[in-house]
Amino acid sequence: MQGYNFAYLDETTKRMIRRAILKAVAIPGHQVPFASREMPLPYGWGTGGIQLTASLIGADDVLKVIDQGADDTTNAISIRSFFARTAGVRTTTHTDAATLIQTRHRIPEIPLRDDQIIVYQVPMPEPLYRLEPSRAVSRRMHAMADYGPMHVKLYEDITRFGRVAVSYDHPVVVNRRYLMSPSPIPAFDNPKLHRMPALQLFGAGREKRIYAVPPHTDVVSLDFEDRPFNPIRAPHRCALCGAEHSYLDEMVIDDRGGRMFACSDTDYCASYQAREA
Amino acid sequence: MAYVAVKGGEAAIAAAHAWLARVRRGDTRLSAIAAAQIVAQLGRAVDRVMAEGALYDPQLAAMAILQAQGDLIEAAFLVRAYRTTLPRLIDSDPVDTAAMRTQRRISAIFKDLPGGQRLGPTTDYTHRLLEFDISAVAAIKPDAPKADPDPAIAATLPRATDLLGAESLIEGEVPSLNEPIDLTMSPLAFPASRDERLQALARGDEGFLLALGYSTQRGYGHTHPFVGELRMGAVGLRITPPELGFAIDIGDIILTECQMVNQFAGSKTTPPQFTRGYGLSFGHADRRAMSMALVDRAMRAEELGEDVSAPAQNVEFVLSHCDNIEATGFVEHLKLPHHVDFQSELETIRAMRREAQATKGAAPDEADNAGL
Amino acid sequence: MSVLLEARHISHRFGRTLALDDVSLTLRRHEILAIVGESGSGKTTLLNMLSGRLTPQSGDILYYDGHAATSLRVRGERAVRTLQRARWGYVAQDPRAALRLDISAGGNIGARLMASGARNYDDIRAMAARWLEAVEIDVDRLDDWPRTFSGGMLQRLQIAATLVTDPELVFMDEPTGGLDVSVQARILDLIRSLVRRLGLAVVIVTHDIGVARLLADRLIVMRRGCIVEHGLTDQVLDDPQHPYTQLLVASVLPV
Ligand SMILES: Nc1ncnc2c1ncn2[C@@H]1O[C@H](COP(=O)(O)OP(=O)(O)OP(=O)(O)O)[C@@H](O)[C@H]1O
Ligand SMILES: [Mg+2]
Repeated sequence: MQGYNFAYLDETTKRMIRRAILKAVAIPGHQVPFASREMPLPYGWGTGGIQLTASLIGADDVLKVIDQGADDTTNAISIRSFFARTAGVRTTTHTDAATLIQTRHRIPEIPLRDDQIIVYQVPMPEPLYRLEPSRAVSRRMHAMADYGPMHVKLYEDITRFGRVAVSYDHPVVVNRRYLMSPSPIPAFDNPKLHRMPALQLFGAGREKRIYAVPPHTDVVSLDFEDRPFNPIRAPHRCALCGAEHSYLDEMVIDDRGGRMFACSDTDYCASYQAREA
Repeated sequence: MAYVAVKGGEAAIAAAHAWLARVRRGDTRLSAIAAAQIVAQLGRAVDRVMAEGALYDPQLAAMAILQAQGDLIEAAFLVRAYRTTLPRLIDSDPVDTAAMRTQRRISAIFKDLPGGQRLGPTTDYTHRLLEFDISAVAAIKPDAPKADPDPAIAATLPRATDLLGAESLIEGEVPSLNEPIDLTMSPLAFPASRDERLQALARGDEGFLLALGYSTQRGYGHTHPFVGELRMGAVGLRITPPELGFAIDIGDIILTECQMVNQFAGSKTTPPQFTRGYGLSFGHADRRAMSMALVDRAMRAEELGEDVSAPAQNVEFVLSHCDNIEATGFVEHLKLPHHVDFQSELETIRAMRREAQATKGAAPDEADNAGL
Repeated sequence: MSVLLEARHISHRFGRTLALDDVSLTLRRHEILAIVGESGSGKTTLLNMLSGRLTPQSGDILYYDGHAATSLRVRGERAVRTLQRARWGYVAQDPRAALRLDISAGGNIGARLMASGARNYDDIRAMAARWLEAVEIDVDRLDDWPRTFSGGMLQRLQIAATLVTDPELVFMDEPTGGLDVSVQARILDLIRSLVRRLGLAVVIVTHDIGVARLLADRLIVMRRGCIVEHGLTDQVLDDPQHPYTQLLVASVLPV
């Protein structure tokens, strides 16, 4: 695009971000501060993920962007077209054809490979922020591995509601050390974080943090031995493809309470339909 | 659901943009506004966008205001997103506001002072009566003053606070030995030094600064403020290219500076001195510079051994929330689809209700009618 | 009895105030040591240094862990935090500052267990219930919020929340300070019986000679940041040597 560098960001900024990525990979789950730039998309709309993607993407990459699991949600379209415009790279909706996947709120259903990178958009990188609003204090808590309060919260949930009342952004412990927000993915997706062959990068633009889960790293969802982590999905089949184990969107189809359930991962749904046909 | 339509999102976005363009242009029987008109006639809006956009360029700010339909936060955002891609060629020398060619310079702590009080082009003493005859607003009296009638006089006004400084009645300004931190190149970290704090405030949201400054006056972190001096005018911007080794003038910028004089610190053994709060803004922006000075002083509470309890004194709270580009993005991102998370909330709440009802047994439950 | 904790030549200033002036002391296992002295004499400051909540400007605190003694400074902040989470405990004067009022009583008691790795919900809950009983609070208050508790109950809850990890060393700063006299007596009784039963080592700060006499094996008298007298409790109280201690003892009306 005229007047702008390849993939929008200037090369100095990209190098700065890559250094933060390297540090993040070296300390799995630890939030690395970085000098987040203003992007032409608003904060909270994926600026962290976009900066990661911009600093990683090369001319040969094939980019997939999803939001809520779907390639054709408005913000996914907007980000994909941003890179098509500023980097001229190929884009795809097929998970297995992508080298780089930027996502908001979901992990694709099919397992990712070690030649892929997944970039998560993160609104609130600090998993402790509801318990401790001061980042100066929460950083100390990470340094001291003072994670008891997080378990106390789970204890309270079970005591009050009979189960853990966190259904998305369920905190995880990475590599037996750092407590980490997996970004607001449904708890259903948490198990996919564990020992994933692909490199997982998390970018929070407004909060100016980058963190990472290197390939094949242990990622454990917080729970109790006798109340194991137990994510739930809508107990239905996908109305479009018939898949039984995918994460489903619920759609209201009439004003008499009629509901339809369909895969949130649109690429998975389409290929499942093709396979079954 | 239309905005996450399973197909056609792309077309929907294109249509939305086309519609927006039409709304932005408005009634085509009226002539379109030129950016130059905005620079000339909506100067305060341009100043605010330059300050919050953190880029001194009236022309760009005016274009942004036009593109944003006069939404100043949106305009500042456009400016910021452009600014971030500009190469950083050189740092300017620190501007010397003492050498400002002042159009306006007032002090509330002295009845008169060398050089006198100069009101300048202020609305302070206007009666806020809506002028129904628009031609009266546009009219210029032939004898109306202009900026810099005599630059020689305008540039030699001593700072009111220096008059206090001569007697050591006010704390000295200690020049910093370190290079100041550049907030756009390194992320804010806490505890934040004063240079970081002032930078963040300088581009902070005017409404937020105003409210916080106001709160200190109402008792939440009171600092007993006086306007030592408020000055506005043109300051020369100089750079020293390493290959030249001497400073060269590259132009003028208009700045507003506020030196707030506040309650004194000291003890029986340390002679008491007034303390300072500092505010500086691009353009003519009294409200902004004054609010900034109040908040700057409030955030010095800990350094000056005062109790830290009010919101304006909480450095992390103030700095983390003063940037309106960050704030508006995150507030407005709630418009983005969140149905995946909401779906998992739905399933969780349904499961909890099932369990609660099973526990209650067959007993009738009023919650049954809540209908989730 | 072997030494558990030792302070060597601790000095500390706050601005121009010399809060501690070359203080040394030792604490043995299972021993109860009281620190008495007038207001502002440095008792709380000393307690905060001993418990690793403040780092002295000079001098060392040594903790005898098994057989080796290591200074807290050398152990580092993280190791000290680990000690504070389980093997040490701290009972503050104001339970409201120490407890989390938006967390149930059970959650408050379980907090230290969870902070030191307990991951079985039912066990944690059972333990919390046992401790609630041990401090004489009705078990059916387990899921109640502390803000519905009385002052005395809050202090007992704090004691339960501290002792639940079975610490070997507990620091207490005026644990009965904010309570009225009748409640004080009950809490003191409770502390005395728990401390003996669990074989705790305790450093307790108090300005109440009566509390010291009731609980402590040994006594330290502080004045203006210095230890002016120390010894076995009965010895010091019955036969005070230092004029300041004499004044202190004399000012207490015989019970
Ligand atoms: N954070 C602090 N900043 C400045 N001075 C302090 C601080 N903490 C304590 N001091 C000073 O240190 C001295 C010792 O205080 P300390 O709180 O240890 O006394 P104390 O014996 O516990 O008194 P009390 O019985 O009233 O609780 C006092 O002069 C106090 O004013
Ligand atoms: Mg005290």
